[in-house]
Amino acid sequence: MTTTALRREVEIISPTRKWVMGVLFLVLGGAIWYLFARSMGTDVVTKFGMTVGGAEATIPDLLLPTRTTLNILALICGIFGIFQLVIPRGFKNRTNLVLGIVSGLFIFGFLTWAAAGKSLNLAGLMNTTLSKAVPLTLGAMSGILCERAGVVNIAIEGMMLMGAMVGALVGSITGSLWIGLISAVLSGAFLGLIHAVLSIRYKTDQIISGTVINIFSMGMTSYISAKFMQKYQELNNPGTFSFLEIPGLSRIPFFGPILFDNSMFVYAMFIFLFVLQIGLFYTRWGLRHRSVGEHPRAADTLGINVFRTRYIAVLLGGMMAGFAGGYFTLGSVGRFDEVMTAGRGFIALAAMIFGNWMPFGAFSAGLLFGFADSLASKLAILGIQIPSQFLLMAPYIATMVVLAGVVGRGQMPAADGQPYEKEG
Amino acid sequence: MSQDNKLPQEKKSKKNGVQILQEELLREATGEKPKHASRWRRTAQSLAVPVLAIFTGLVLGGLIIVLTTTSFYVAWRISPIQGLKEGWSILVTSYSALFTGAIGDPARIITAIKSGDIDQIRRAFYPFFESLVASTPYIYGGLAVALGFRAGLFNIGAEGQIFMGAIFSAYAGYSLTGLPIFIHLPIAFLAGALGGGIWGFIPGWLKAKTGGHEVINTIMMNYIAFRLSDWLLTGPMKRPESFNPVSPAIMDTAKLPRFFGDPIRFHLGFFVALFFAWLVYWFLFKTKWGFDLRAVGANPNAARYAGMIVSTAIMLAMSLSGGLAGLAGGNEVLGLNYNLAMAFSSGYGFDSIAIALLGKSHPLGVVLSALLFGTLRNGATNMQLKADIPIDIISILQAFILAFIAAPAIIRTIYRLKEPAEGEAEIRTSTWGGS
Repeated sequence: MTTTALRREVEIISPTRKWVMGVLFLVLGGAIWYLFARSMGTDVVTKFGMTVGGAEATIPDLLLPTRTTLNILALICGIFGIFQLVIPRGFKNRTNLVLGIVSGLFIFGFLTWAAAGKSLNLAGLMNTTLSKAVPLTLGAMSGILCERAGVVNIAIEGMMLMGAMVGALVGSITGSLWIGLISAVLSGAFLGLIHAVLSIRYKTDQIISGTVINIFSMGMTSYISAKFMQKYQELNNPGTFSFLEIPGLSRIPFFGPILFDNSMFVYAMFIFLFVLQIGLFYTRWGLRHRSVGEHPRAADTLGINVFRTRYIAVLLGGMMAGFAGGYFTLGSVGRFDEVMTAGRGFIALAAMIFGNWMPFGAFSAGLLFGFADSLASKLAILGIQIPSQFLLMAPYIATMVVLAGVVGRGQMPAADGQPYEKEG
Repeated sequence: MSQDNKLPQEKKSKKNGVQILQEELLREATGEKPKHASRWRRTAQSLAVPVLAIFTGLVLGGLIIVLTTTSFYVAWRISPIQGLKEGWSILVTSYSALFTGAIGDPARIITAIKSGDIDQIRRAFYPFFESLVASTPYIYGGLAVALGFRAGLFNIGAEGQIFMGAIFSAYAGYSLTGLPIFIHLPIAFLAGALGGGIWGFIPGWLKAKTGGHEVINTIMMNYIAFRLSDWLLTGPMKRPESFNPVSPAIMDTAKLPRFFGDPIRFHLGFFVALFFAWLVYWFLFKTKWGFDLRAVGANPNAARYAGMIVSTAIMLAMSLSGGLAGLAGGNEVLGLNYNLAMAFSSGYGFDSIAIALLGKSHPLGVVLSALLFGTLRNGATNMQLKADIPIDIISILQAFILAFIAAPAIIRTIYRLKEPAEGEAEIRTSTWGGS
């Protein structure tokens, strides 16, 4: 572990990396100027809507002179780039932060250019981004729970799918959304239990065990859906949780209606985020949990029950994924369709890796991926000639780039994926 | 011998896959014959778990079928005996529909042959040949994953590689014109291998150069391939006169020839797949490269000390694995669909993992398990028609079988089998973190 830490240090201040990043900032700045600003007329204005559709307007729409805005953005990126190149050692260990800022500026530049002479509802875009980020973040937290204890979970997709189906089915039968949601969580826990028994007790390869669960859920949910839910529509009509407005907070300009007038799932996600972040990194439970994922032998020597810790981790992970699945049917659509998660479990896995196995990192990644997703559907409306599919590819490519260590290697739990065998 | 007996039982079974493979490799290198129990007994022993896994999978699948049928509960309410009778008859109806859908109805075959009417004979044999047709992509997919396993790599991206193979084959199939069939067909077919090979090479290269885990990368590549095909089929590769996202039809010269008239779709691709299975066997077990690849899979460190270039072996294995998967896509386009449509592959990628494991990563085993899975999938269509059992029951069966293969201890506990003396060569991928 010390070697990885050392390598990380070296990577961040390596001269090549410093140089590459500086050039990258310059290139992004140049791209804003060359691709977006150059061809703009001086009198074109970009209009950003600042109020979510349906909500009461609290602040006026944002009007930006397109060309000037883009030039300023390009200039800032350029300054960052020159700083990085000129100062010895550049921004040092803040390089990644600057990279984030520059990328953010680039995206903002792109939006300003895309909506030039038109109007884009920024608040609406943020709202869709958040709601698309919810299942991704919840799924990623399921992955974090398992993998921090050393059990790889590629079955997030299957667990979410099962949660979605069970939530819709039980919710419809009982007529209660809450019972539906609890069953969704329990179904996730059940699959988590299978994953745990296969990979901890029988020491099956954890990828294979995850694949078993994915295939099983895909088959089982489609089977139940084809056999019952499509024939008897009353079995597939659970309804959705209504939006909960938090009085006072929802009046905050711009962010209020997005953050504080939303589905229960959004609030739950934030609560889980804080609980998991604090739980993992500031409590005794979290220390034990992580030690089992980093060095199970040492943890065992110190009297931590490795098997029990891992069982609990995978069960909790399954429950979280089941909850995420419930969001699809009880939180957004109100109906179960076959294979409705459509690979979001794997994007959640990507978000977990992208977020460096940290809850808030995963949330940021979830927001980023959700943003790419919601922007993809906006492109056609704005009349941009970029195929939306390329934007939808972005999360996967970004994850591969992060995994390759171009932007600084993530630090995964050291014993992730290794079954534990007691000695003697 | 007496010393051997004194060794505690656990000690023997603790041998892991790596050690067993290492011993196997050592035996091969020194030309020493295994001294253990007779060959027949070993074969029987190694077959026991897969066969029992399939059987148990079918039993559990049957249980799900019965438990999700309403008439069973109606009968159960009258009396439990009535319920059991009803359950049994549901089971018989379903599985016989599966059988006749997969192999054919014996009575119908006999009457067809007696009548001598060629059209009737074709119809009677249709299910059997259709099963072979359904097995063909599974053979390629299973071989792809198995080759990866042999090199210690988990190629979970066969699905994406199949897509890329299909895209390349379709493109070569419709864009090249005026070539004779014996040139066009191989080009179009191997274009599939190229497409899949590229899609396998990228994660292999990333693994070799940066250590990025191939499981994550191949999953990501799957979705990149889906999006890419979405874009191609709605944009550059879209059939000009069509409203649907479908590619132009391939030339007649790129079609894999069919052996019989309609409705039998059995085509040359099946035999090509068998040939490739033999080729993979020959490559893995009879060539130096194959030996290197297996050595790297068994123990990369030992292989490195022995002077093998591990990174090259990894890239080679992933490219070949991707190429084989790509051939599955090419096979479907050139042999069945004659064009490329959206979402044409129905989860072959994940099924391939099950096939490779069931076949113990051996080409012969892969072919047999592919035949089984193809037969099941084909028969399930008939089961859906006749017995109203959704086709997805096959995925459930596959999941059960895969679980039992992956955790043979479950099967051994159920059937009270003894642990094999050699221990078990189990699949174990490297961990996320690598080192």
